[in-house]
Amino acid sequence: MLALIRKDLQIELRTKEALASLLLLALLMLVVLSFAFDPTSALRSESAPGALWVAVTFAGVSALNRSFVAERENDCLQGLLLCPVDRGTIYLAKTIANFLFMMAAQLVTVPIFVFFFNLPLSWGLVGVVASLGLGVFGLSAVGTLFAAVSVRTRAREIMLPLLLLPLIVPVFIAGVKVTARALADKPLADVAHWLHLMIGFDVVFLVVGWLVFEYAVEE
Amino acid sequence: MNESVRKWADTFLPPAALCAMSAAIYLVFEYVPTAQGEGVVQRIFYFHVPIATMTYVAFGVVAVASAMFLWRGTLGWDRIAHASAEIGMLFCSLVLITGMMWARPRWNTWWTWDARLTTTLILWLIYAGYLMLRGSVGPTDQGARYAAILGIVGAVDIPIINRSVYWWRTIHPAVIVGREGTSGLTDPRMQVTLAVCFVAMILLYLWLLVVRLDGMRLRDRVEELRQRALREASALGTAA
Repeated sequence: MLALIRKDLQIELRTKEALASLLLLALLMLVVLSFAFDPTSALRSESAPGALWVAVTFAGVSALNRSFVAERENDCLQGLLLCPVDRGTIYLAKTIANFLFMMAAQLVTVPIFVFFFNLPLSWGLVGVVASLGLGVFGLSAVGTLFAAVSVRTRAREIMLPLLLLPLIVPVFIAGVKVTARALADKPLADVAHWLHLMIGFDVVFLVVGWLVFEYAVEE
Repeated sequence: MNESVRKWADTFLPPAALCAMSAAIYLVFEYVPTAQGEGVVQRIFYFHVPIATMTYVAFGVVAVASAMFLWRGTLGWDRIAHASAEIGMLFCSLVLITGMMWARPRWNTWWTWDARLTTTLILWLIYAGYLMLRGSVGPTDQGARYAAILGIVGAVDIPIINRSVYWWRTIHPAVIVGREGTSGLTDPRMQVTLAVCFVAMILLYLWLLVVRLDGMRLRDRVEELRQRALREASALGTAA
């Protein structure tokens, strides 16, 4: 499994293609959303968490799309399936690789987000990153499964967001709530139920994905 | 589904559903008294609630049939899941529409982000995606497997979505709370009407399910015959 994760990360480090496009897309989202929500007004602290999560979600969806489109070229997926490992293991490796990509992108996105929305630099940002970690993991757990499905459909680029966005509503709401709380620099104990919800979501869908992934990649 | 059950369903269900539905319409419009202080529009409740219940039942059937399909791999389960998703979609749309018709005069708004409304809307979106996925892959074994995955994941997700939108809305002051709680079905005539409406909706669901299953079976049969005819034609072509 570690070898599979390393394979994905190595490809990425050599080409830097996905990470660059992911970053640019998230950045563009933040810029566009700044126009929508006027980041200089008093409303900015209200709109900032939502803007961050919309940017993260949409950039994440296209990164997930890419992760299987790349496998499809030159029939890499076929080769991967011929490996003497369980399909569930491939799923876990892919999920973790996707998670690591998206989190790497957050390392740049979050500071940009702070500058653009004029937010104070405080310890609350640790909470923001924590909520992003939990949320992005959930996104990756469900997204990896459906990226494998949608890559074989006719309208593949559009199919993934259509399937994924309604499913990740709980993570999205929870992420926005926790981020808002963290940005306000208040203790996260009040939003513990949201954190539990995200952890529950991550665990449930990691298990479901691990169980059903073989049906998604079978020819 | 074996032959005798199908025959029985084909003869029994259409008239039964028709009778129950006529009775339900009569009871709702003529027999049942309007709940006090609610206005005539309250009567839509007798259709709204059974349809809402059947929506969840339909999507529950999708999840169970999907799991059975992945487990056993029999085409019958896949057809049940597909047919049930289509009918669930229809019922879910009806719930949203009847709910809006009621909400406009009562809440003075077509839509509010109440937990129940939001869950139903997201349910609708998930199964719209389900039917899109079906359409995009076509009636192949692969498409059936993909749809089954979504059928299961969607059903697992619904309780979590419900929890999250419930918290999301109750932290803010809710616009309206407890709508059924206020009216209360005190009059026995109301209870009878609601029961008849439930029976009517269950029969309607079963009837539509049978019609769709028959349709899918015939479609597969036609496809099979077409393939055979093509094979025979090409065999004749090479012989000549």
